[in-house]
Amino acid sequence: MNELHKEKIEVNNLNFYYGEVKALKDINFHIHGNKVTALIGPSGCGKSTFLRILNRMNELIEDARVEGEVLINGQNIYRSDVDVVELRKKVGMIFQKSNPFPKSIFENVAYGLRVGGFSTDKKFLEERVERSLNQAALWDEVKDRLYESAFGLSGGQQQRLCIARSLAIEPDILLMDEPASALDPISTAKIEELIIELKKNYTIVIVTHNLQQASRISDYTAFFYLGELIEYAKTTKIFTNPGKKQTEDYVTGRFG
Amino acid sequence: MKNLIKKGEIFIWLTGLGLGISLVMISGLMFLIVSNSTDYFYPAEVTKVQKKDNTMLLGQIFDEQFVPDASLPDSLSSTDVERYQFKIGNRDIYGYDFVWADEREIASMTIPEEAIVIERTEYGNFYGFITAIQIYGKNKFNTKQEIDKIFFHILDKISDVRNQLDKLEKGKIGEINYYIEQARLEIEQLTFHNKKNLKVVQTKIDKLQDEIDSYQLEYEEVLSKTDSLRSYAANYKLVVNTVDGTSVEIPFLNIIRKYKPNGMNLFSKSGFIISKIWEFVSSDPRESNTEGGVLPAIFGTIMLVVLMSVAVVPFGVIAALYLREYAKQGVMVRFVRIAVNNLAGVPSIVFGVFGLGFFIYFVGGTIDQLFYPEKLPTPTYGTGGILWASLTLALLTLPVVIVATEESLASIPRGIREASIALGATKWQTIRRIVLPSAAPGILTGIILSMARAAGEVAPLMITGVVKLAPNLPIDGYFPFFHLDRKFMHLGFHIYDVGFQSPNVEAALPMVYMTTLLLIVIVILLNLTAMITRARLRKKYQTSTF
Repeated sequence: MNELHKEKIEVNNLNFYYGEVKALKDINFHIHGNKVTALIGPSGCGKSTFLRILNRMNELIEDARVEGEVLINGQNIYRSDVDVVELRKKVGMIFQKSNPFPKSIFENVAYGLRVGGFSTDKKFLEERVERSLNQAALWDEVKDRLYESAFGLSGGQQQRLCIARSLAIEPDILLMDEPASALDPISTAKIEELIIELKKNYTIVIVTHNLQQASRISDYTAFFYLGELIEYAKTTKIFTNPGKKQTEDYVTGRFG
Repeated sequence: MKNLIKKGEIFIWLTGLGLGISLVMISGLMFLIVSNSTDYFYPAEVTKVQKKDNTMLLGQIFDEQFVPDASLPDSLSSTDVERYQFKIGNRDIYGYDFVWADEREIASMTIPEEAIVIERTEYGNFYGFITAIQIYGKNKFNTKQEIDKIFFHILDKISDVRNQLDKLEKGKIGEINYYIEQARLEIEQLTFHNKKNLKVVQTKIDKLQDEIDSYQLEYEEVLSKTDSLRSYAANYKLVVNTVDGTSVEIPFLNIIRKYKPNGMNLFSKSGFIISKIWEFVSSDPRESNTEGGVLPAIFGTIMLVVLMSVAVVPFGVIAALYLREYAKQGVMVRFVRIAVNNLAGVPSIVFGVFGLGFFIYFVGGTIDQLFYPEKLPTPTYGTGGILWASLTLALLTLPVVIVATEESLASIPRGIREASIALGATKWQTIRRIVLPSAAPGILTGIILSMARAAGEVAPLMITGVVKLAPNLPIDGYFPFFHLDRKFMHLGFHIYDVGFQSPNVEAALPMVYMTTLLLIVIVILLNLTAMITRARLRKKYQTSTF
């Protein structure tokens, strides 16, 4: 195995509580670099919660508590001396509902650069914005209207804008929380293509309810059920030859 | 019936009825104000009344009423007689402006073409007829053509003199007084700070004293100049007759305008109305506020509202930000919120009393002791002024701004906050760059509401610095240009003062309505500015596509 395939994210004995409720129970697994890992499972099984733990977005919720450790590139992100702002720059996140800022397309993409203390040189910003929009396969569609409001874009374009926005600050890892669930099939296909393209340079963890999507785009799949990680394996194995009865029931559509 | 309630149609009617009643009340109020305020500038016809007892009246019909006929026994008094109220002016001759006459006393009413109305700087309007123009004690120009020809020429000349006098008396003398006052204060300051060793500063004091003396001389000069101007102008007089033939001489210096309402056509009437409105908004009040304009009050009102906004917006927004974004939502925050909401229900006069006690006596008094000890016991900031009044109003409107800001902060979708945080922005960066701009329209709504509230508030002002007549505006050409310690005039208080405190309430009535109308217009204008800004911001920061 070459360097790229080393374990990017390592989760050891992770427990997560919303107040008294235990939402995640003793999760152990590792996510490979430059691969797409899909998290599947019925609603409320804890996959989105798990995703948010990876860039500490769960801390925005009051009364939430984490036990155990999460290592990214070998570093525990829950250690007290970790700068959460720096962490979030390295671990980008795309949300279910596209959420562009009420600003121009250009300013949306440049936002992370502006707040992150990057150079505010105009040329640098323009280069980065163009590159990010290219990576998100949006450049050709918006290059003539960069300074118009981002709300003028279609739903699919908005979601790709959000991806470009995350790419602009050059993260290591991209977390995606059902990024295509609110989109039509054509936009979904575009996003999926994009994800496959992006995995060359990024490690991607994606939560999805769409099993076909998971099988199409992911290399590894983790199946969560009631806060537990039931099974984690290569996607082909999960969908063709699952190791657990529950997984089989879920992927064949018997429940969920 | 049951069916109707079930269908809910009856509730549609009820809500419609509610709206209808509100609209009728509002439009009724506006109609009352607008229709009454037109009396202020409309050149009504001058009526000549021949009474049965051979006396005569000349004046404008001000009011008409039907009253029971008092001369008949009660059983027959169902017949009403009409009576008219005439504004007859000539207060210097008759002693009163208004007179009632009922139709049984009146033999005939005519509208004489040649009747004139003269607006004077004292004693109100004059109603009568021109007979001649007197120059240097001799009556000249006895014919109508001659008078018409020369009248405006002389009036222009004397108006010039009056403007010069104004400039000298208000401008030049004001300036001299200002410098004398400054020098005097400096002397007091020097004496105050060097009580033990006066000799050290004696030369300085002497120099200042010399300065004062030279200003005094200048003052005398200006005074003799104004005297000579006055005596020159006194040579020009208008000789007029009242309707019953008494001859009166009116110095041109006292004439503001002369018109013949009965001979006016539509064109000259509209010209007259425009000049009257312009006078109203652009000049100082005369005759204890019942005549002239309301410029100082307009100025005071707008400045008060602007100062109030400048004070209330940062405080309100910061408080709301803390409450909504930073404070841990719990019992304490809920308690604070209830307290803030209830603050909006405290009677405004209580805020006034608080302003008097806290701002004026405590803060102002402390400032005086620290920075103006030499002037004491004369207070500088320890007395009512526009600064304290606007701060009191800011306190009064704080709940409005806090509540509106909180609401608009709460309405910013969680999604864009999370997106910003996920991009590595800190909480403050998110608030400053994403949340506040998106909440700006809602915050502006709060400001609009608070401005409207503040502009109409009078009670707290009455004890924090509003006055009937302020000699100076709070902004002028003398350092430091903004005199926030000064007392000021205010349209709301003006309404109260002119309507209820003036010696000649009836004559001032149209003025009261006109001032009310103006206040409403100003509030509308202030609101419109804020609304236009809000619409622009909304367009820029709309938070959703749907």
